[in-house]
Amino acid sequence: MSEPLVVLKDVNKHFGDLHVLKDINVTVERGEVVILIGPSGSGKSTLCRTINRLETFESGSITIDGKELPEEGKELAALRSDVGMVFQSFNLFAHKTILENVTLGPMKVRGIKKAEAEKRAMELLERVGIAHQAHKYPAQLSGGQQQRVAIARSLAMDPKVMLFDEPTSALDPEMITEVLDVMVQLAKSGMTMIVVTHEMGFARKAADRVVFLSDGEVHEQATPEEFFTHPKSDRAKDFLGKILTH
Amino acid sequence: MGDFFSNYDILGAFWVTVQLSVLSAIGALVIGTVVAVLRISPVGVLRLIGSLYVNLIRNTPLTLLMVSSILGLTFILGLQISEQNTRNAYWWAVIMLSVYHAAFVCEAIRSGVNTIPAGQAEAARSIGLTFGQSMREVLLPQAFRGAIAPLGSTLIALIKNTTVAAVILGTAEAAGLLAQITENEGASLPLFFVFALGFVVLTLPIGIGITNLSRRLAVKR
Repeated sequence: MSEPLVVLKDVNKHFGDLHVLKDINVTVERGEVVILIGPSGSGKSTLCRTINRLETFESGSITIDGKELPEEGKELAALRSDVGMVFQSFNLFAHKTILENVTLGPMKVRGIKKAEAEKRAMELLERVGIAHQAHKYPAQLSGGQQQRVAIARSLAMDPKVMLFDEPTSALDPEMITEVLDVMVQLAKSGMTMIVVTHEMGFARKAADRVVFLSDGEVHEQATPEEFFTHPKSDRAKDFLGKILTH
Repeated sequence: MGDFFSNYDILGAFWVTVQLSVLSAIGALVIGTVVAVLRISPVGVLRLIGSLYVNLIRNTPLTLLMVSSILGLTFILGLQISEQNTRNAYWWAVIMLSVYHAAFVCEAIRSGVNTIPAGQAEAARSIGLTFGQSMREVLLPQAFRGAIAPLGSTLIALIKNTTVAAVILGTAEAAGLLAQITENEGASLPLFFVFALGFVVLTLPIGIGITNLSRRLAVKR
């Protein structure tokens, strides 16, 4: 029963000559919150995006809930619907209202009736604190609010796992907290999460494990406490030295 | 001046121009949208078909397409839409105007697609929408809104290009009738102005409407 929810096995990817992912082996258990961390260009965002095949990879395999990622077509779409994704730049559908953004997936992909989808969407918007703005358009909301809507949009699909690709990197400092609060709450509710982020505070508060990547390789995996206080690899020591001195 | 209006059915000819414009605009929009979807599809063969269509049709003179419909398709290949010659020519004119302007509609929509940030398509895919669904729900609605201005220019060009249909329609539409009146009565400056004014009346409001519409429907980012 308790096989890991996400299994990456010997995943390799090139961008032209650049070997961006080198024999990546990572497993994520149900309910686990895993942080992908590393210097820019280390492949952490690419790794996050390969998990729902927004990026292709050349060799190796990725299994989600026991099913291997299909190459393309309807099966891939079906699998993606079980994997929530939150982007750095929010990517809310600009021509749809907040409510329509959240109900689109459930109605079109899951075939849920409009009234029911809207009821559930309002519950989720309530949970992320945007319910009173449901009929506005994305451009009328602040970045932090848009990102919380994006989280609600993913949650509306009842995903098995949520991917966060630098969810707070495009936000003004005062808005980062409101998004992180939602994410901490989500982690506590038992959601399986894979998060690319530099937010140490979030990592310490909510993460079960930190995966440190550099030059496309996994150098170290440890609990946040252990990783931030006693990093083992030189790369990790060097990286932490750079970001923690300020 | 009054003679022209009593002796010739000028309003009737402009009514045919309007019919040709409306029917062809609908045809061009439908075909153009399909070709645009082909051109941005992830399948190489479909993209090739789409770009072949655009480059072939866009670079062929409309007069040539018009003439080839009757001379080539009806007379040589025997493709007849209606038994009645004038109806046959009428529908060929609509088809050729649609086919020709579809190439421009396709490019207008494609330019609209280019106004959409790549993240919109990624977000659509990541919630599990299929290619067709993300086209219908996310990409095309935004592409049309971003393409209203170039689509409007194409529509205005289409209305004026209906005059080319005179080569197969004879006197049924405005330009054909103008040619006939000129031949019968001699060239007359007021007459030219009447016909020119007719086209201005048809196209100017569209230009103004399009400008308003593109401002109102623009997707705020």
